[in-house]
Amino acid sequence: MPDLVAKITLARSSDFALDVELACPHGITCIMGPSGSGKSTILAVLAGLQTPDRGRVAVGNHVWLDRDQGIDVPVHQRRLSYVFQGLALFPHMNAVHNVEYGMHDTPRAERTAKALALLERVGVGHLAKRRPRTFSGGEAQRVALARALARSPELVLLDEPFSALDRDLRAQLVSLVRELSRELTVPIVHVTHSIAEARQLADQIVRLDKGKVVARGKPAEVLAGVTSLEE
Amino acid sequence: MAKESSRLDALLAERGEIARFAITIAVVIGVIAYVQSQGGVVWNPLSLSLRIAFISMVLTLVVGTGLTVLLMWRKLPGRDLIDAITSVPLVLPPTVLGYYLIVSLGPESAVGRAWEAVFGGPLIFTFQGAVVAASLGSLPLVVRSVRVGLESVDPNYTAAARTLGAGPLRVFFTIVLPLAAPGVIAGAMLGFARALGDYGATMFFAGARIDGVPTGSIAVMDFFFGNNEAGARRMSLVMTVVGVAMLYLANRLTRRMLPNRA
Repeated sequence: MPDLVAKITLARSSDFALDVELACPHGITCIMGPSGSGKSTILAVLAGLQTPDRGRVAVGNHVWLDRDQGIDVPVHQRRLSYVFQGLALFPHMNAVHNVEYGMHDTPRAERTAKALALLERVGVGHLAKRRPRTFSGGEAQRVALARALARSPELVLLDEPFSALDRDLRAQLVSLVRELSRELTVPIVHVTHSIAEARQLADQIVRLDKGKVVARGKPAEVLAGVTSLEE
Repeated sequence: MAKESSRLDALLAERGEIARFAITIAVVIGVIAYVQSQGGVVWNPLSLSLRIAFISMVLTLVVGTGLTVLLMWRKLPGRDLIDAITSVPLVLPPTVLGYYLIVSLGPESAVGRAWEAVFGGPLIFTFQGAVVAASLGSLPLVVRSVRVGLESVDPNYTAAARTLGAGPLRVFFTIVLPLAAPGVIAGAMLGFARALGDYGATMFFAGARIDGVPTGSIAVMDFFFGNNEAGARRMSLVMTVVGVAMLYLANRLTRRMLPNRA
């Protein structure tokens, strides 16, 4: 299964520069750090939504970005799934059409059947014909996860997807993401502020501060004694 | 099946807006019918103006949307200058616009000669010429409204679509355009209303009559100075009602794009 290997250097302003190296095997890598430490910027670079000053991003044998070689694969050609912080479910489409959107190269009948199966898989099959404005917070998260899985991605990016949920819902979704991670066997990069969430989810944790990696390893090693990220 | 049901749900959710739209159009048709029954001199000029305005609306919508997308591209060289030139019909006297049309599209111009070679006759003093003249005044209004619509689309939706494998054209037609639809439709209505009332540029470039019929706005002047004040009044009333109806609907649609809309 492909691993994610990335090296990113990006000067965002005169007093902030991101300079990180990541090696993410399949499983969940949680990126943690205080606000402004560069977590979401890393996801944007991995997705191709932002171009670093220097860097290389490769998933398995596929090189998506290599500034030295002049390689920069467009976003839509990178086989990835990205769950945005605000989810970005398309408001003019119902749940099935949202999930189908990433499967345009699949025949129509197969696409709809797969989208319905994915919605069932994440526990929101009953929402198939409804539009996002009628979803609760937890339902919207589940539809966003179904949409992300629909592309058969090589890399999954989750940008604080559970930040707006209460504790119970968050626990349910954490357990769902763990299950999905076992099924997918691709690298999942999950940005979070929550130490509890990271402990439950992560196979590997990367801690950032001011654009630099300050610790990496198993949750038990990196989070031993840590009670707050804002230090 | 899911698609049909989703469309039905969408229509039901918008039933208030659809009813408002239908009532507005019914009022316009009612006023036209009433005025027609009172004197009957209105229909030919009005019909000509409506045809010009409709074709002009389609033309400006296509050209205006393309131009807006171009103007939103930050790397476009001379973007501010092109933006200013696009908007200048808003502030220039209509006679100046008419003069520029004659200079750039008249029989002595390269474009005018090319038109004549292809279509066998000049563009000036024709129905098509009237459409072009009306479109010139409408274009800046359409561009401004479409731009508000396109800029109101949350960039997270376009980013999400790109990460789901959609190329630029698919993102534009499946995400940006549907979400900007209220602004695009409002632009079309503003363009239609503006084209309906065009006078100066049309008079200059297409003349006072097209196949013997004046446009609605020219007919008002003809009636008034021909001692037919009742005709001028009826024509003015109809054009005012159509204009107010279009602006009212455009306002409703534009408001839908604002957050916390009332």
